[in-house]
Order: sequence, then C-alpha cells, then structure tokens
Amino acid sequence: MLELSNCINQDFEVFERSSKLPVFSNGILTKVINNNKINSTDHWAKCIILISQEKDEEAFSSLFAHFAPRIKSFLMKSGAEATVAEECAQETMVTVWHKAHLFDPTRAAASTWIFTIARNKRIDAARRNNRPEPEDLPWGHDPEPDASDIIIIQEETTLLAQAVKDLPSKQRSIVERAFYADLSHQEIADETGLPLGTIKSRIRLALQRLRHNMK
Amino acid sequence: MTIKHHLNEKLLMSYAAGILPEAFNLVVATQMSISDEARARLASYEAIGGGILEETEKAEMSPNALEDVFEKIKSVKTKKFNAPKMVEGVFPEPLKKYAGKELDSVKWKNIGRGVKQSILKTDKNASARLLYIPAGTAMPNHSHNGLEMTLVLKGSFHDEKDLFKRGDIEIGDQDLHHKPTASNDGPCICLVASDASLKFKSLIPRLLQPFFKI
Repeated sequence: MLELSNCINQDFEVFERSSKLPVFSNGILTKVINNNKINSTDHWAKCIILISQEKDEEAFSSLFAHFAPRIKSFLMKSGAEATVAEECAQETMVTVWHKAHLFDPTRAAASTWIFTIARNKRIDAARRNNRPEPEDLPWGHDPEPDASDIIIIQEETTLLAQAVKDLPSKQRSIVERAFYADLSHQEIADETGLPLGTIKSRIRLALQRLRHNMK
Repeated sequence: MTIKHHLNEKLLMSYAAGILPEAFNLVVATQMSISDEARARLASYEAIGGGILEETEKAEMSPNALEDVFEKIKSVKTKKFNAPKMVEGVFPEPLKKYAGKELDSVKWKNIGRGVKQSILKTDKNASARLLYIPAGTAMPNHSHNGLEMTLVLKGSFHDEKDLFKRGDIEIGDQDLHHKPTASNDGPCICLVASDASLKFKSLIPRLLQPFFKI
C-alpha cells in the first residue's frame, strides 16, 4: 500500500507542475503531455483524453475534422456507398465520444483506437450482428502509466505506418486490400507475397513496447 | 496468464482488418480476453489499420455532420459504454454473449464416448461450438479441409506434438492430421471454430458428420 501511495503522490507532483492531469474514470492516473514536443499523434491522444475528462467539445471538433472524413473515405474504399459510409463515420465518432474513457494511450495510438471502432462499425453494418468487443475490456494488470509510455506508443505507431508505406507496392497493396476488406482471410492465408519484410520488425518493436507497458 | 500457442501473423492481420467470419472472431476475441500477451500481439497489427486510416485521403462529410453527431451524442444513453468487468471465470466476456454466463448453463448434446458439444449461433461463413472432452478421451483422428481454431477454456489437451492449456489456440488446416486427447487430470472444454467440416479418417464418424454438425 505504501508503494501505491508513493506512486500517486509522485503523479500529483507532476500535476502541480503541468496544467492538467486527467484521471481516467477507471482510476488510472495519467498525464496529458503539456510540452512543446507534442507531435500530431500525441495531439490526437490528448484530444481523446480531454473528451473523456472534460467533455471538451473543441477537442472533439478537431478530432472530428481530422478523422471523420478519413473514416468515411476508408469505408468507401471498403465498398460502402457514400451515404452508408457517412452514417458509419458519424456513428464511429459518436462512439469515440462515449468510449473516450476506455481509451488507453499507453496501449494504442489515437488512430489505432479509432480505426478499431470504425472497423467494428463496418462489420456491424455488413452483418448486422453484435461483434464481440474485447477492445473495451481493461487490460489484465493495473498499469502505471507514464508520459513516456504514451509518447513512445504513439511514435511506434507512426513508424509502423511509415513502414507500411515503404513496403514494396505488391506487399503494400495486399496489406491495404486486407484492411479495406477487399481480400478474404482465405486469400490472405494463401497469399505467398507475405511475409511482410520490414514491417515485421516494426511490429516486433511495437509488441515489445506493449509488453513493457503490461508490466 | 502465460500462454504458449498463439495465432499466426496472417490470422492476426485478418482479425485486425476485420475480415474473419464471426465464429473465428469469437475465438480470437475470447483468447485476447484471457491473455494480455495475445492482445498485445493483436494490437500491433491493429496499429497497421490505424496507420492506413491516417494515410487515407479525406472524403467530404455532409455540411451538418458535426452538428448531427453532437445531436446523436446527446440523445444516447451513456450507461452502456461502461467497460465490462474482468471476471475470472471459465467464459471470458465476449463468449458470454454466445454461450451464456456460465458453464453450468450450457445445453450439451452427446456426440458419443462421453464427448459433448454445444453449437453457438454465428453467421454461416463458419461455425462455432463448445466441446467437452472427458479426461483421457481422444477426439476421432481427423484432418481439415478448411481452417479450424481450437481454444482451450478449461483443462488441457495434447496432440502428437504439443500440450494445449487454457488460452492456447491450436490452428488446424489441410496439413494437420491429428488426434487431440484430453489430459488425464480432468475434462477439457474448448471453443472450436471451423469454416469447413472436419474429415475423419475412419468411416463411421464421417457418416455421423452431417448429423452432428461437426
């Protein structure tokens, strides 16, 4: 118990120095990174935390301006008609608002988290069934989040995205078509153009980072 | 929980991309509710999806989209967005929606030699079922003409090569001919999904196949 209270006190010291310390509703303390090094990915994570903590409509609006048009386009590339894609993109953003408190910036970048919500909406829309959503479960161990964990996980994601962009065009196209639901899992299984070369090492690094944050 | 047998990268990517049939989704979702390690593996593939979303060029939203969304936000009851609780039971959260809350509530059907199964309702691209194998009992020797995933929920089983415990997934495909056998120390309960019927090597189980939906 002593250790725990020490830990909380340390966090509060940081709180005194920075202007905002959001507290997740599930009790996890985390720090919004208020410094000049914020890159765009950290920025979106921060927006989601502000939505969660303060119902910040301005943060939501900027998140919406960035992501909603991309989700719509992503869904259209996945074969949805414009009206369905619009509806689904809006639904995704509604869910982003309501589930903001479940976003854990030490486990996922904002873009990753929003992607999983959009993906689940796409599956629901296509099948009209309830997809099991383990994404909402808390992770098994109580995390002790640290600002650096947040920055690193966001950065890893940026590097992974870059690695996907840098893939030879055939491999890149396989990955993109999978995510646009343009390939079936059988086609992926039969695909000999994978393994994915450079992105595998990035995935390994991302995994190491997630494992580190699990301890 | 430390588990030894994980999904392969193609299946992780397929789940992350959202292109697995519902029955397989259920197995993967159940495994990642048991194991943070499994979940972390998946998360690194989902990050690819996030990257692709970021790289997608924008499509124009309707002029009132943001207002409409704020309207919807205010009209939705927020209660249902609470995180489910982590409970250490045999059935992890995602499975409960399909199989009921507890093991006791499962309606089993005998399929011979003490082996029981319960079919779960999913879309028809693949089937999911719970399987109860008594201690020390072997499943009929079979191979697969499609993909089969077997996730251990309780107890353990072994095949010719490996031991599978709670949280472990065995992936069966055309190349795998095996005879899984429940360990002697207790019954083994598994969640199984497959997108094709199993091919049994002996004649009689094959005749039973359409009848028992395995």
